[in-house]
Amino acid sequence: MANGGKTLEIRTSPHILSGYSVDTIMFNVVLALLPVAGFAVFAFGLAGLLTLSMAVASCVLTEHLICRAAGKPSTVGDWSVTITGLLYGLTLPPSLPLWMVAAGGVICVALGKALFGGLGYNTFNPALVGRAVLQAAFPVAMTSWIPGFAAGRFSSVPSSTLTLPFTSPEYDAITSATPLALWKFGREATATSDLAMGFISGSAGETSSVLILVGGVYLIARNMMSWRIPASIFATVFVFSGALHLVDPTRYASPIFMLFSGGLMLGATFMATDMVGSPMTSRGCYLYGALIGVVTIVIRTWGGLPEGVMYAILLGNAVTPHLDRWTRPTIYGAKGKEAPT
Amino acid sequence: MRLLGLKTFRHGVHPPESKDETSGLSIRQFPFAPLLIVPLVQHMGAPSIPVVEEGQEVERGQRIGRPDGFMSVSMHAPASGLVRRVALAPSISGRMVPAVYLEPFPGSTQEIEDGTPCPLEATKDEIIAAIQDAGVVGLGGAAFPTHVKLKIPDGKFVDTLIINGVECEPFLTTDHRVMLEESRDIFTGIRYLLKVTGAERVIVAVEANKPDAAEHLREAFPSDLNGSVEVLQVKYPQGAEKMLFSALLGREVPSRGLPLDIHALCCNVATAAQIGQLLPRGRGIQERVITVTGPAVKRKGNYRIPIGTPLRFLLEHVGVADDVNRVFLGGPMMGAAAPSLEISITKGTSGVTAFTDTAAERTHSPVYPCIRCGYCVDACPIFLDPSMLGRLAASEQFSTMADEHHLMDCFECGSCSFVCPSHIPLVQRFRGAKAAVRKSKAGAA
Ligand code: SF4
Ligand code: SF4
Repeated sequence: MANGGKTLEIRTSPHILSGYSVDTIMFNVVLALLPVAGFAVFAFGLAGLLTLSMAVASCVLTEHLICRAAGKPSTVGDWSVTITGLLYGLTLPPSLPLWMVAAGGVICVALGKALFGGLGYNTFNPALVGRAVLQAAFPVAMTSWIPGFAAGRFSSVPSSTLTLPFTSPEYDAITSATPLALWKFGREATATSDLAMGFISGSAGETSSVLILVGGVYLIARNMMSWRIPASIFATVFVFSGALHLVDPTRYASPIFMLFSGGLMLGATFMATDMVGSPMTSRGCYLYGALIGVVTIVIRTWGGLPEGVMYAILLGNAVTPHLDRWTRPTIYGAKGKEAPT
Repeated sequence: MRLLGLKTFRHGVHPPESKDETSGLSIRQFPFAPLLIVPLVQHMGAPSIPVVEEGQEVERGQRIGRPDGFMSVSMHAPASGLVRRVALAPSISGRMVPAVYLEPFPGSTQEIEDGTPCPLEATKDEIIAAIQDAGVVGLGGAAFPTHVKLKIPDGKFVDTLIINGVECEPFLTTDHRVMLEESRDIFTGIRYLLKVTGAERVIVAVEANKPDAAEHLREAFPSDLNGSVEVLQVKYPQGAEKMLFSALLGREVPSRGLPLDIHALCCNVATAAQIGQLLPRGRGIQERVITVTGPAVKRKGNYRIPIGTPLRFLLEHVGVADDVNRVFLGGPMMGAAAPSLEISITKGTSGVTAFTDTAAERTHSPVYPCIRCGYCVDACPIFLDPSMLGRLAASEQFSTMADEHHLMDCFECGSCSFVCPSHIPLVQRFRGAKAAVRKSKAGAA
């Protein structure tokens, strides 16, 4: 016979696979983020480009070096650290000094990922870990925003961007407030169309809700993202802030504003849905989304900060194992469904 | 449960069906190999006791092995010929098992004579004995002795008989062809089955990818039979008993219980066809329909193949590609890999699938850590947490898996491994873990 003396491979079933692989999923997330990143560069020019590039480069390099140091093959090929870098970069003010961006990138990967055991074990979203550390260390720099679409944004960068390490950045006179800060500290509402399209100031990636949603829909259509999590977050935010707005429209912002401002779109779509840190059961996903939605609104409304999405997601990550345990489905045959007798 | 108009179960997966190349091919008779090796244990239970000896001439259909107790069945000669040896032979499990080496008479017409028929009018016990004597086992793959399942203990009853023509395994078209070509036998078999189980009605379940079979059976459905043909959504593993009960009856077999506990009983279509064919003629199983397929097979098809045909002869006859490197008995989801080509076809073999190097995706796919994507959780038809089980298995916490995470309810359907993007060999780990748990239980007892 054809295969003469050749031995057969003995493997256990199943002998076919769905074709989905970790690296294909992660690569598609990167693809889905590219339009968002592109818009950030368009809106903030060189500053946006430098911030994002530095964020991705520092994350990827850190992961590569950590693998090397541990004597293991590099894991940058699974694309997950590229997502971390992009998301992290998209949460930063585009005028953040580049050395801070780099330092935060190292923290994302070293503290947020490697320390927990690498991909699959990182309880918290690494991008948010890095951002949270920066927020604590450099509160001023992390809340200094430049306006988007400034003239000359492709030929010059804000003076703060190139600040030398460990010196305080100088800010140009033209820093501006984000829509959430405008509301929180001045009760000033921003037009919804500007919010949705991204003609506002804010972090590099919290500006274009439309492009974020496009990326999310793409991933959901390819079954590479849970639709339940963003749906639950959006529904919760809408209902909760809507109720508050009905009580007192002058004190509480409208639900549409709450949905489209700040990091909610990016966070709900791309960060809360990070597979590693979110629940696996359907009911767990709904609860997780509801928790994130409620905490976000609570922080935005009564907290000291204008934005609370980041902390809400980190909190969600923390309770994820418990949500999975509480919502574990009853197994087949344990309900004792009996035949009619 | 009903979705999009067709009944189904919750969870499950959608592997490519890969049935088009053989589903339209009629069943063809396979030639006799120069030497047939008939294992005496082709079923779950005790090996049959050989009743022939070396050098003895046998007639096709003659009994060559008798049941050793109730959990055993008869074995019949697949051809008229000479018994060369009664000795050990390799089997799919890798173990050596007792077998009859039979050399068919060259040039024999292989005529077969009928024995003493078992009419429908016989008593329940007579029919059950006849089924055991005909060597009937579950032909869907499990090879559980059919008569054992049909012996309803006092105090239990069956209201619904389900005839399983789902065939959810990719590549296989055996049941599909049997439904199209042997519907008369199927309905005769159903009459015997209804009689012994006392069920009031029968449901023939067919997956929506076989509309011709469903339509044919509907037309052929005898008007005096109480029952129907139900078309189910295409989803793996719809053909598993438990999934049929939840889809068709909305009943779940209690964990660690039996279908009898929910007054249902399920039987494969090919098994029903065999009963309908053999009992009225007083014969035993000497052959069965097998789909021979897969990217490495040249002349794919549905063949009626004598039991005991060596795999090597079978593949030589249909022709295989030079770079064939994996052959399994059954389909790609639950089939077992053949350790060598020296093993032979048994009653439980529903398909022979051969893959080439290029189709062996698994060889080249790296294993990543579990990324908690939850695909496996959404796939598991038993609603287990394969991700958690996989982690526990990696650290060998077998008793935790069994006590807290229902390991023993896993029926190894493979859905979790199929969808896992990290390519974690989940089912493989669960099989190992289950074996370890059984061993420690046996040790403790
Ligand atoms: S093999 Fe077991 S754990 Fe995996 S999906 Fe099937 S029943 Fe569930
Ligand atoms: S499918 Fe694989 S990677 Fe995904 S949760 Fe299950 S075990 Fe983990």
